[in-house]
Amino acid sequence: MNLILKVWRQKDARDKGRLETYEARNISEHMSFLEMLDVVNEQLVGEGVDPIHFDHDCREGICGTCSLVINGSPHGHQKATTTCQLHMRHFKDGETIYIEPFRAKAFPVIKDLVVDRSAFDRIMQAGGFVSVNTGGVPDANAIPIPKEDADKAMDAAACIGCGACVAACKNASAMLFVGAKVSQFAHLPQGKVEREKRARAMVSQMDSEGFGNCTNYYECEAVCPKEIKVEVIAKMNREYFRAATTKI
Amino acid sequence: MKLDAKTPSGPIADKWEKHKFDMKLVNPANKRKYKAIVVGSGLAGGSAAASLAELGYNVDCFCFQDSPRRAHSIAAQGGINAAKNYQNDGDSVYRLFYDTVKGGDFRSREANVHRLAEVSVNIIDQCVAQGVPFAREYGGLLSNRSFGGAQVSRTFYARGQTGQQLLLGAYSALSRQVGLGNVKMYPRTEMLDVVLVDGHAKGIVVRNLATGKVSSHAADAVVLATGGYGNVFYLSTNAMACNVTAAFRAYKKGAAFANPCYTQIHPTCIPVSGDYQSKLTLMSESLRNDGRIWVPKAEGEKRAAGDIPEAERDYYLERKYPSFGNLAPRDISSRSAKEVCDEGRGVGDTGFGVYLDFADAIGRLGEPVIRERYGNLFDMYERITGENPYKTPMRIYPASHYTMGGLWVDYNLESNIPGLFVIGEANFSDHGANRLGASALMQGLADGYFVLPYTIGDYFARVGAKNIQPDGAEFKEVEKAVEERTRKMLSINGSRSVDSFHKELGKIMWENCGMGRNKQGLEKALQEIPALRERFWKDVKVLGDNSEMNLSLENAGRVADFLEFGEMMCLDALDREESCGAHFREEYQTEEGEALRNDKKYSYVAAWEYQGNDKRPALHKENLEFEFVKLATRSYK
Ligand SMILES: Cc1cc2nc3c(=O)[nH]c(=O)nc-3n(C[C@H](O)[C@H](O)[C@H](O)COP(=O)(O)OP(=O)(O)OC[C@H]3O[C@@H](n4cnc5c(N)ncnc54)[C@H](O)[C@@H]3O)c2cc1C
Ligand code: FES
Repeated sequence: MNLILKVWRQKDARDKGRLETYEARNISEHMSFLEMLDVVNEQLVGEGVDPIHFDHDCREGICGTCSLVINGSPHGHQKATTTCQLHMRHFKDGETIYIEPFRAKAFPVIKDLVVDRSAFDRIMQAGGFVSVNTGGVPDANAIPIPKEDADKAMDAAACIGCGACVAACKNASAMLFVGAKVSQFAHLPQGKVEREKRARAMVSQMDSEGFGNCTNYYECEAVCPKEIKVEVIAKMNREYFRAATTKI
Repeated sequence: MKLDAKTPSGPIADKWEKHKFDMKLVNPANKRKYKAIVVGSGLAGGSAAASLAELGYNVDCFCFQDSPRRAHSIAAQGGINAAKNYQNDGDSVYRLFYDTVKGGDFRSREANVHRLAEVSVNIIDQCVAQGVPFAREYGGLLSNRSFGGAQVSRTFYARGQTGQQLLLGAYSALSRQVGLGNVKMYPRTEMLDVVLVDGHAKGIVVRNLATGKVSSHAADAVVLATGGYGNVFYLSTNAMACNVTAAFRAYKKGAAFANPCYTQIHPTCIPVSGDYQSKLTLMSESLRNDGRIWVPKAEGEKRAAGDIPEAERDYYLERKYPSFGNLAPRDISSRSAKEVCDEGRGVGDTGFGVYLDFADAIGRLGEPVIRERYGNLFDMYERITGENPYKTPMRIYPASHYTMGGLWVDYNLESNIPGLFVIGEANFSDHGANRLGASALMQGLADGYFVLPYTIGDYFARVGAKNIQPDGAEFKEVEKAVEERTRKMLSINGSRSVDSFHKELGKIMWENCGMGRNKQGLEKALQEIPALRERFWKDVKVLGDNSEMNLSLENAGRVADFLEFGEMMCLDALDREESCGAHFREEYQTEEGEALRNDKKYSYVAAWEYQGNDKRPALHKENLEFEFVKLATRSYK
C-alpha cells in the first residue's frame, strides 16, 4: 500500500517545529508501524534528508521506549497496543497518517518525535521503592501474601512507563503512572511500612515536574497499552489522603 | 598474556565462603573515597550500581536508553531459577550447579557455576523484599514452574513479564540511591571507550546522545554490564540498540574476549516475513508442551496446512527423538528446523518456517484450556502475523537470542585489565557453550547484587583510592580518537545506509556462523567480512552532524564494531574443531547427527587478544578442569 505521512519535524528543543509531508511507498501490511518508518527513513537517507528521529528499542511492547501520537491517539487507535506492536494491516491504502510526539509541558521535545521523559525517573527517585539494602532480608516465603493481593500488585506493576497516559490527558496528568506504582506497593506488606512517606514524596515530585491534575476524563486508561485501570488513581488518592492526615 | 582464573582452593561448596573471608575489606569510613563507574543499567548493572552505592561507594551509572528502566533485561519473559527447593522435589544448590555445568556442555568453570547456584537463593529473597510481585499460590507462598534442561520446578516468575518485574525491582533500588545522591545517573549516554591509567581501567569516554557532546569520566574502577551481542546477526530477539561496542572497545584496549562463537539460537520465534523486518519476537518455549512441530513431507508443498493430510506430514522431532519429541533442547530443535527448511520443506512465503500445531491439543483439551494456558501468547502471535493460531498452526523459526561468549573474567569477575570488571551477559563466565532457560536473569542479579560488591572492594583495598581526574593526557588522547572516528564516519558521505551494511553482515553471520557451521563456510565468511568492512568505510552514508541527536551516527558506530567483531566470532568458530552446546560444527557429529565434543583437545576457554587492526588476534587458552561433575555425553533420544 501507499500512504501519505504528516510527520512532526523539530531540529531541537529551541526549534518551533512543523509538520512535513512524506510518501510511504510499497508498504506491506505485515510491517509494524516502526518498520514502515524505517522504510521511509531509508528512502530519506537516500535523498539526503535527515531521517525522522523517534524513540524505540525492544519493539515488542515491553520496554516503554516507543511513543508517537498517531492520528491523534498515543500509540495509535489499536487497543492495548504500543506503537511498536501496531501493524500496518490496520491502515488503508492511500490513507493520510498524522505522526506527532507525545506532548506535555513535562515532556519537552528533544528532536522530531523524541521527547524527554526523565520527569518519570525523578518521581521514582522521590519514592518509588521499598527502602531495603542488598542482603540481610528475610526468606522469600517468610511473609505469605494472599494471591489476590499479589495479583493486584502485579496488575499495577505491569506499567511500562511509556507516558501515553500523560500524552492523552487534557491536563497532562501523570496520575495513572504514579498511581500504578503507589498501588503496587500498597497491595504488598513490604510496601506498607513507608506508605505515607512514599505517597507524599511521589505526589509532590509529580506536581513540581509540571504534570496537571486528574479531572476524571479517563483518557489515560483508554490509551494505556498495558490496560492499567483508573482504580489505581483512586487507590493513590486514598494513600495520599491517609498520608496527609498522618503526622510525620 | 597470562590468564589466571584465581579460583580459590578447597572443596567446591566452601570456595566462595573462604574467598569472601580472604578478600580485603574497605573500612566503612573510607568507602566514600572510592568511585565506581557502572556502564549498563540492566539486571546486572542496575543491581550492581544500587548495591555499591548502598555500601557507601560513589557510583556513576550510564545507559544509552532514555531511562535505566528500559534496559533490555525488561524483555525477559519466562522466569528466574533459584535452588530454593520450595517444592520439596529434590532440588539443591548442588543440583542447580550440576544442571548448569551439564547444560553448558562442559565448557564452563565449575567454581563460578557453584557460586552462582549458591547465591541464587538470596536473589529471590532480595527481590521479594523489594516488592517484586512474583506469582503465588492460594496459600500465599511463592509459585514455581519447570523449565527446559531440569527435572525440578525451580523457576520463579511474574506472569510472562519476569524480566520486567526483576528489572523494575533493581531500578527501584537504583532510583533510591539516585534520589539519595549516591549514584549519578547518565541516561542517553553511550560509552565509546575505556581509559587506562598505568595499565588499570580508570575511566571511560562517552557521548551524550541528545547533544552529541563527548566527555570523559574518571573513577577507581570500571564495571561493564553492557549485555550481549546477539544483534551481530542483525535479526535477533534482542532490542534494536543492543550492541557489542562497550565490550569490543575494552577488547581493543587489551581485555581478552572469550568464546565469541558461543551464541544461542532459540527455536521458537516468529519467522521473518520480509526484507523490511527489523527484529524477531520470541514465542515462549512453554508452547512446545502442547504444540506439535511438523513440516510437509514433500518439497515445495503449496497447500494450506489444513489441506495436507496426516500421512503427508513429517513430525520430525517426534520421529528423530522419540523420548523427548517436541521438547528436545533448544540447540537440537533449532538445528532440526534449519535442516528441514534447507531441504526445501519449510513453510510460509519465505520457506523458512515450520508449523507449531495446536489442533491435537485443542481437540483433546478443548479451546478454553489452551486459551487459559497460552492466551496471551496466541494474542501476541495474532497481533504480529494477523493469523489466528486457534485455527491455523503457528509458524515458527529459530532466531539469535543470547550470547554465552563475552569478555574473559576471573573468579572475581575482573577482566585481565586490572580494575575492569564485567558482569551479566557481557562476560563469558557461567553458561559454557549453552545456557539453560531462566539462568540469565539469575546470573545478572547474582553478579550485581552478591558477587561484584565483594570482589570490587578487594580490588579497591589492594590498590587504594587514586582520586583520578578526567583531564589527564590519557583521557584527552582517547577523547581525541573517539572524536576522530566520529568525524570520519560523518565525512564519508557514500551511497549506502548504515542499516544496509548491518543487514548484509547479519546475513553472512547467519549463514556461516549461525546454527550450523563448517570450515568452508567460515573461511568464506572470513573473506567476506573484511571486504564488507572496507566497503563500509568507503561508502557508508551518515547524515547530520555530531552536535545533535543523530540516530544514524549512533548506529554507524555500533555497526562498525560488529563488522570487526563478526570476524573474531568466525575465527573462534573455525578454531574450535568440535561441536559443543550451541556451537555445531557440521564436520564433527555422531552418526545420528548429534554434537560430537572433543574433550581432549578443546576443553578450554578460548580467549582472544587484540593484536592491532586487521591482524589476527592471539588465542590464549584457559584449561577447564572438571573435578566435581563427570564429563558425559548429552543424549535426548
Ligand atoms: C526476548 C528475550 C527473553 C528472555 N527471557 C529470559 C528468561 O525468561 N529467563 C532468563 O533467565 N533470561 C532470559 N533472557 C536473557 C536475559 O534477559 C538477558 O541475558 C539479561 O537480561 C541480560 O542482562 P544484562 O544486565 O547483562 O544486560 P542488559 O539488560 O542488556 O543491559 C545492558 C545495559 O547496558 C547498557 N549499555 C550497553 N552498551 C552500552 C554503552 N556502550 N554505553 C552505555 N550503556 C551501554 C544498556 O543501556 C543497558 O542498560 C531473555 C532474553 C531475550 C532477548
Ligand atoms: S519499543 Fe519497547 S515498548 Fe515499543
